[in-house]
Amino acid sequence: MSYGSTAGACRALLARDLRLVWRRRGDALNPALFAIMVVALFPFALGPEPQVLQRIAAGTVLVALLLAGLLSLDALFRSDLEDGSLEQLVLSPHPLALLLACKIAVHWLTTALPLLVCAPLLGELLNLPPALRPVLLASLGLSTPLLSLIGAVCVALTVGMRRSGMLLALLVLPLYVPVLIFAAGACNAAQNGLAFTAPLLWLGAGLALSLVLAPLACAAALKISLT
Amino acid sequence: MVTGMSIPDPIDAPPLLEARGLTFLRNEEPIFGPLDFALRPGEVVLMEGDNGAGKTTLLKVLSGLLEPGAGEVRLRGEPLTLARLSHQVALLGHLLGLKLELSALENLRFAIGLGGLRAGITPHQALKSVGLEGYEDVAVRQLSAGQKKRVALARLLLVPAALWLLDEPYANLDREGIELVNRLLELHARRGGAALITSHGAYAYTSGTPRRIRLRAPGQPAQELAA
Repeated sequence: MSYGSTAGACRALLARDLRLVWRRRGDALNPALFAIMVVALFPFALGPEPQVLQRIAAGTVLVALLLAGLLSLDALFRSDLEDGSLEQLVLSPHPLALLLACKIAVHWLTTALPLLVCAPLLGELLNLPPALRPVLLASLGLSTPLLSLIGAVCVALTVGMRRSGMLLALLVLPLYVPVLIFAAGACNAAQNGLAFTAPLLWLGAGLALSLVLAPLACAAALKISLT
Repeated sequence: MVTGMSIPDPIDAPPLLEARGLTFLRNEEPIFGPLDFALRPGEVVLMEGDNGAGKTTLLKVLSGLLEPGAGEVRLRGEPLTLARLSHQVALLGHLLGLKLELSALENLRFAIGLGGLRAGITPHQALKSVGLEGYEDVAVRQLSAGQKKRVALARLLLVPAALWLLDEPYANLDREGIELVNRLLELHARRGGAALITSHGAYAYTSGTPRRIRLRAPGQPAQELAA
């Protein structure tokens, strides 16, 4: 008789969810393609002046990644709720918050991380000044996990309802705006030659706080959604 | 034949599962109860009730997914909370908790990672004993409804839970499958486990003489029928 450790359960869940994403890789790639399309279309709409593009580059990449993350957010817990896997997760002897943290990590790894890797290229498309690249990457690195965590709490609250997409967007956007403001604030400050560490530190503080609190809130909300 | 249906248990040992005055309210309306019954190791209890009598809800309350309106559930003499479920309860509901994109074996391996492994059995053996030998690597999506149910039954064999809560385990199964469920229940009872199964009465637990409890509309107390 082996009861298995909590670490083992987390590993099993991570492996299963990553494998599921791989099996559905066509769908899983959609958010990334969406973000790349948004960034690629902006120069066509605004005109090719390097000055204009340079001005909007960081903000456009930030918004594109935010919306791409939102696109795949609704599916975070839905399939688990619909096929009964969520009940099995709740009934498992391991802390639900930890298991959900693994699911959120998979969401970030599969939607945000690929985009983070190609963010320098996206910046290049919009004539992002090279000096700004590390700042953009740092603010994306801090803000995208924060967005995944905040978004997951909202999904957990709405997943029990039918057609919750609109409600989810309404819930999530006001919470996403401060993250966007700090992330864009760091990029703008750097562009104007000002100190940009303060907004990044705020993002880091927010990330540390929500790393601890968001999985707990998710667990509580999902237990309500199941009733 | 009548193996283990009522293994004499020391009177002072607490029953595996005990319901005391259990009631569930939805919008202030009682769904079932008050219910009093005990389930001792080696017992299989058949919960009968018409459609809508609250059988599924009862199983959710007994597993801790739903809060009872009044009364309490005790697991080995201690109050049931989700945290106390530690590897004791396996629930098989209408939703099987299987991932359609994954193979039967991958689903079972995940269940082991999450819930632990019973001594002396492997996923291959479990699939063989539910009659799915040769289907190990077939995606669950391609299995029939009855075969999916069998994969879920194999999961029950693998996890080390002493208490099985099975919601309509006979649904979707052919004659051979119904016999299989009975065989599994007998085996589980013989090794000291207990099971509560629900049925709307169309299929019955034929082998052995399980205790029957009839779930009635509120107001009328649930009645234990003679075995």
